[in-house]
Amino acid sequence: MRGSRRYHFEVAALRVLRPLGIAFFVLVALFPFYYMVILSMREISQVIESPGQIFIGLGEITSDAYERVLKPTSEGGEGFVRFLINSALVGLGTVLVTLVASILGAYAVSRLEFFGKRTVHFLFLSVYLFPPILLAIPLFVAFSKLGLRGELWVLVFVYVAQTLPVCVYMLRNYFESVPVSLEEAAEVDGATRLQIIRKVTLPLAVPAIAATGLYVFMIAWNEFLFALLFLVEERQNWTVSLGVSQLTNIETPATTLMAGSVILTVPIIVLFLFAERLMTEGLTRGAEKG
Amino acid sequence: VAAQLEIPAPPPTSRRRARASRARRDSRAGVALVSPTVIVVMVMVVLPVLWALILSFQRIRLLQIRRLDLLGGEYTLRNYDLLLNSSGFLEAAKNTLLYSVFGTLGAIVLGLFAALLVRGSFRGRGLVRGVLLLPWVAPVVAIAFIWQVLLSPQLGFVNAVGTDVLGWDQPIPFLSQERGTIALFGIGVGVPTALLMVIVFEAWKSFPFAFLFILARLQAVSAELEEAAKVDGATPTQSFRYIVLPQLMGVIALIAVLRFIWTFNAFDEIFLLTGGGAGTEVLATQVYSFLQARNDVGASAAVAMFMAAVLAVLLLVYLRFFGERERTQ
Repeated sequence: MRGSRRYHFEVAALRVLRPLGIAFFVLVALFPFYYMVILSMREISQVIESPGQIFIGLGEITSDAYERVLKPTSEGGEGFVRFLINSALVGLGTVLVTLVASILGAYAVSRLEFFGKRTVHFLFLSVYLFPPILLAIPLFVAFSKLGLRGELWVLVFVYVAQTLPVCVYMLRNYFESVPVSLEEAAEVDGATRLQIIRKVTLPLAVPAIAATGLYVFMIAWNEFLFALLFLVEERQNWTVSLGVSQLTNIETPATTLMAGSVILTVPIIVLFLFAERLMTEGLTRGAEKG
Repeated sequence: VAAQLEIPAPPPTSRRRARASRARRDSRAGVALVSPTVIVVMVMVVLPVLWALILSFQRIRLLQIRRLDLLGGEYTLRNYDLLLNSSGFLEAAKNTLLYSVFGTLGAIVLGLFAALLVRGSFRGRGLVRGVLLLPWVAPVVAIAFIWQVLLSPQLGFVNAVGTDVLGWDQPIPFLSQERGTIALFGIGVGVPTALLMVIVFEAWKSFPFAFLFILARLQAVSAELEEAAKVDGATPTQSFRYIVLPQLMGVIALIAVLRFIWTFNAFDEIFLLTGGGAGTEVLATQVYSFLQARNDVGASAAVAMFMAAVLAVLLLVYLRFFGERERTQ
């Protein structure tokens, strides 16, 4: 039987190729991050001497690059501690405002029929898909004219506007999977709309809200374009992303650049590994339906 | 508006009147609850976009911003005229198209392979899944600079391996070489080196997105059909081709549209990797360079409006194909 021979050949081939394929993808995804960490701990002179070396002896490890990045500018460093605080503040501010608004919005979209619901849907989708660079021009011009461009809270509002629509969408998907019967029971008992949201819907949605909040934090932490446009002239307000992007002048060695990148990346990867399941399920819910 | 929400439901007199008043209350509450989001989006997105449209018909330089009045000034087609007659704009439009098409294609092909590999169960599957998502969650600034160092002609790992192990004559400046040649079967073939590298980067950075969505969809493919095919003697590739792939086409189409739109919009990746040099200028980086380097707000807005027009068409395509599902959900 020809068919059966082909069958056994394919099964045998896959048994070998599958682990190799998985190993290939893991290597491709992970190697750049490994390379970043190794480089951040080497002396720049050694990197230039032997750029092909990707293992590091314990004796060769140096923390010079990290010291340089973290030290304040007054001591000849790059002042990244300050940038870390700025990024954390911007991230937390964005999460807070976005969550409050998107919880209310998502509740309305998932539970209530109201005039203009379709339009609101379309509006949010457009924001999700429209180019940020298009917004960059008018916002840059407007905030320059108002003299507010270097302020951190202005950046928070830009980020809120960019993340709100996705959050409403993510939370709406979750709310729709929570049975309405509990809320109806509360309504019969005479609870008001806001009481129902606070006492019944929210406690059930805590995991989804946490995941959405982390997702927003990651977007705010990683964002580059608006930080560059709005803050580049105000060094004390720089975020970590912006700080790293400004490490590329000739005098800054590649090892310092990599140390900055490690500091930028580690918090995000820790947060992500912590909440991976929650976040990815929130995003792909609905994809299963095909 | 908040006060209205506090009023408890009145005792129902007749059923129909109760239902009508309930619908009215729901409608009021819905508008009230969604209004903070709508207001933020209006102020920070819709109005700015409309203003950008106006700016694209004006002649405004960045230095005049302080004296600028909101709607005043002369209207002119000069910005659009300038674009359509500049080779830089057409070049950027072409690059954007190549970058979006091949970046999307690469991400989907890689994501599909990865999802099929990780589909079955094996030890450490959860960890592998998490690791494969890293390129997508890591900050773009960090990964762009990692690639820049990796590909650097002086101290990069890739060129070190190339010259020491693979026997290249000299290091290749991957991100600053506009055109290179690779020998294929003894014939030199010209390649746009830097553009190719930013496309590879985009595919690497975005394949986890495709991977994640395809994997989620794979989880819902029923095992029964595949089992039945297996009993009938279908090989794994046949079963993929005729049973699994048709069921994945919906989600792949969705990913294709979304990824194309986001790649089309992308600014950070190219700006950080090449600064738009070496034949990698795309529309998004051109908007930025008109705004910042040449201080020409009007021309910058005109390029952005061109992008918006293309995006509007893509958005309609998206709604045409996926809007139905959105509504039934």
